[in-house]
Amino acid sequence: MADQNAPLITLSQAGLYRNGHWLVRGLDLTLERREIVTLIGPNGSGKSTTAKLALGIHTPDEGHVERQRSARIGYVPQKLSIDWTMPLTVARFMQLTDRLPKVQVETALSRTGVSHLARSDMRTLSGGETQRVLLARAIAQKPDILVLDEPAQGVDFAGEIALYELIRAVRDELDCGILMVSHDLHLVMAATDRVICLNGHICCQGSPTSVAEAPEYRQLFGRQAADILAVYRHQHDHEHLPDGRVRHADGSITDHCHPDDGHHQTQCAQDIGAERENRGDTRHAG
Amino acid sequence: MLDDFFIRALIAGIGVALLTGPLGCVVVWRRLAYFGDTLSHAALLGVALGFLLEVDVTLAVFAVAMLISLALIGLQKVGTLSSDVVLGLLSHSALALGLVVLAFMTWVRIDLLGLLFGDILAVSKSDLAVIYGGGALVLAGLALIWRPLFAATVSEEIARAEGMKPQRTNIIFMLLMAITIAVAMKVVGVLLITAMLIIPAATARRFAMGPESMVVIAAIIGCLSVLGGLFGSLNWDTPSGPSIVVGALALFLLSLTPLGRLVDQWRTRKAMREV
Repeated sequence: MADQNAPLITLSQAGLYRNGHWLVRGLDLTLERREIVTLIGPNGSGKSTTAKLALGIHTPDEGHVERQRSARIGYVPQKLSIDWTMPLTVARFMQLTDRLPKVQVETALSRTGVSHLARSDMRTLSGGETQRVLLARAIAQKPDILVLDEPAQGVDFAGEIALYELIRAVRDELDCGILMVSHDLHLVMAATDRVICLNGHICCQGSPTSVAEAPEYRQLFGRQAADILAVYRHQHDHEHLPDGRVRHADGSITDHCHPDDGHHQTQCAQDIGAERENRGDTRHAG
Repeated sequence: MLDDFFIRALIAGIGVALLTGPLGCVVVWRRLAYFGDTLSHAALLGVALGFLLEVDVTLAVFAVAMLISLALIGLQKVGTLSSDVVLGLLSHSALALGLVVLAFMTWVRIDLLGLLFGDILAVSKSDLAVIYGGGALVLAGLALIWRPLFAATVSEEIARAEGMKPQRTNIIFMLLMAITIAVAMKVVGVLLITAMLIIPAATARRFAMGPESMVVIAAIIGCLSVLGGLFGSLNWDTPSGPSIVVGALALFLLSLTPLGRLVDQWRTRKAMREV
């Protein structure tokens, strides 16, 4: 915690090249302390890859990734597969990367609602339970940076709202920066300070809060849920083809994706940070 | 009844079992059985080179095992062959090369069967010193890297994200494996080292509540196999290395019977009471 003002993570023009093509390229993004940034985007758009670049699991083939040196990191991966030969209780899993005081472990488990599972074997847990244990492990370490790759998968709807509320509370309590991946284009929590839409590159980014005011979503989720959940919904006016070319809404196909190439019909809405230099753009459907 | 050589054999066997039990658990969790096989087959090449270059055989075995480990990492990085093909290639080429080199050295008289299946009854006092010296080194190293090693075994991504440097840990683990094989070769022979790694760990799995308890149980089961195998070999005049492995197998089979279930239930009840 040397410098309270420096960003926790900085990606500058970072890209990752695998098997003959760029999984992501030209990523510029920062994560500040006390900030919740959510990555959204279609399948294969590079959300998890971006999170792994930010964490240093992957080394960028282009550009730079910097993390604050002293920052403690908590990571909830997208998948965890435990070999059947490994006896591993939840309590032991909580101590995986660091020896933590028992009270700290118990508090974290009860916050995510799974303290009754402490003596259970990891392999007997359901998908939702595993997710809660993973989150508990990550927050028990009191991290400065929390990276959550689809933290709510397998959790039912009511549980999902509670989980997002918890994540926000953790941010307030620990003053940490949170980078979250959501597979769901339509559901992003209101506490998200910034939404980054990926499609192999950063399409657009901005605050989702104003969208939460939209009446049709208040109707859909109820007034209270709408205060917690923001719905951020838009459709892409172009699609990235497997070979790297781009198909636009008007049916034309180009090699690249530039806002000024005449194929794009609308600009990003104001709340999505139109001042950023975007290479793609979006329009709201609602 | 217990002649001196027999006590030395018991002490040597227990020393090796105390190493192969804990390392074997990691081998089982990480699905490295074939890797263990490759390293131990390469040990024969180490023996041959040791005689050829007139250096200490244990050191030569260790050096070759380490080289094979590094070659494996290198070949996997190149990544055109799947890792089981790479392992098979290294494993059997090293074994064959070792046999060929040994056959060329007509001036060296070697008990080939002793190399392949172990010669525990011929263990000398200096062998004991090597086993326990190397063993202490391995167990100390294992204790030192235990948390990152186990974390990377559960999830390499979490370990890497949270700053545990799994690559360095993996190389140290290979180093410990190489030492273990150099040390264990004398006792069970190059063909049966993998059995001492895998069978006690597989037996321990049934009774273990956590990774650390599995390590301890595997070491105990390994020691029991050594005791059973050596006394059996004394009684029925059977080859001692294979007898130890048969002892381990017998314990594994026993753990599958209702008796094993009883022990399992007793342990579970005990663990529940501790809560």
